[in-house]
Amino acid sequence: MTARTRDGIRAIIFDVLAAIAPEADPAAIAPDKPLREQLDIDSFDFLNVIVRLHETLGIDIPESDYAELATLDRALDYLARRCGAG
Amino acid sequence: MAEYEFRMPTLGADMDAGTLVAWNVKPGDAVKRGQVVAVVETQKGAIDVEIWQDGIVDKLVVEPGAKVPVGAVLAMLAVEGGPAAAPAAAAEKPAAVAAPRPVAPPVQAAAARAQPAAATGRAKISPAARKLAEELGVDPATLVPSSADGVISRADVERAAAAAKTAPAAGGKATGADWHAQMRAAIAAAMSRSKREIPHYYLATDIDVTRVSDWLAAENLKRSVTQRLLPVVPYMKAVALALREVPELNGFWADGAFRPSSSVHLGMAIAMRGGGLVAPAIHDAERKSLDELMADLRDLVTRVRGGRLRSSEMSDPTVTFTNLGEQGVDGVFGVIYPPQVAIVGLGKVSARPRVEGGAVVARNVATATLAADHRASDGHRGGLFLTALNRLLQEPEKLR
Repeated sequence: MTARTRDGIRAIIFDVLAAIAPEADPAAIAPDKPLREQLDIDSFDFLNVIVRLHETLGIDIPESDYAELATLDRALDYLARRCGAG
Repeated sequence: MAEYEFRMPTLGADMDAGTLVAWNVKPGDAVKRGQVVAVVETQKGAIDVEIWQDGIVDKLVVEPGAKVPVGAVLAMLAVEGGPAAAPAAAAEKPAAVAAPRPVAPPVQAAAARAQPAAATGRAKISPAARKLAEELGVDPATLVPSSADGVISRADVERAAAAAKTAPAAGGKATGADWHAQMRAAIAAAMSRSKREIPHYYLATDIDVTRVSDWLAAENLKRSVTQRLLPVVPYMKAVALALREVPELNGFWADGAFRPSSSVHLGMAIAMRGGGLVAPAIHDAERKSLDELMADLRDLVTRVRGGRLRSSEMSDPTVTFTNLGEQGVDGVFGVIYPPQVAIVGLGKVSARPRVEGGAVVARNVATATLAADHRASDGHRGGLFLTALNRLLQEPEKLR
């Protein structure tokens, strides 16, 4: 797997969120506030976020790690760590 | 050959009319029971309308663009009749049956005719895109999807609207129907009727769901991301099984009497992006495995979000299940969707102190609720339902 940059991962997160919540404005997302509340994402949409991240980044995200994706900042940290981003 | 009148189906208590958007069939086509033959626009989005009769399309009575009430004849079908086939005169019945209140504005009807609905090859459109198209006065039938999945997106609508603006459009008049207001009106009508007509009673019970949570976590650990079960799935199965034990909660109240249903068609309350909700049915939920329920739920939510629901899903639910707890509420006391007689609610799962064997322990607890129609059942029976639900949830491994 090619190492990804933090910015690259951020762009991928935005792409995934845009596909799930097309009416959302990525620039308006508060990075330290719960993503699901801000984007009105239910458990089904959230599972789709996980599936799409899995497909795009090629990493398996266990259910026990879902909390790591609660906010944009935490998701970035977590995914960067899992992808070995420098 | 006998003649069969294909009528506008009931699409739920809050819909008394719909606009025919397109026919998927033409005169001379053979149709099969269960086939989607038409698309109807309702206050809750476009619906694929199925036919429940085999036959040959004889005549399309209603043209695309026309708004027709529930029960109106949409098409005539020639069907294999017994020896006592209906007289040929019936087939000749002229357009008296036709054109029931063509309420559609001429502009819209003309636009629809200009697009002779390339029958089967219609592109899908997401509800958000359809809403935007209405707001911007773009005819969805003129749109072409740009993405590989073949679904028309908001971006496609915006592009088409921008193109229409730059072109010196003749008759570029926005139809301007406020989709959101229509959705609210539909919900208002059904819920007002419910509160006016149905004597609700309400019950609640806290259920220790630790075993379900643990079982599901272990189960999902074994599964790949795409195979995982959503937390609500085992509850769907338990609700369906518990309803089999208390059939007074599963069915319709019609013409002053309760009509129980032999199957549980579980209406799943699903929020629509941008507001409003629908509660389409998962058919025969009590007989399905958890994997089947998950597949059905995935299919249903995906179509609520970006595709189309089918008429049977809108008209069939025999009971509603709302999982509002996932939004963080502790309990939900629902408003029954007529003509159903009950709505089951599940609150959020949270760690709460419970007393077990004289000691306080932390357990995962969820509040299950029931709002039921007192004409069809009593609190005692409702209580038995919640008790059964509790019992079933203590043995999640048996819910498969």
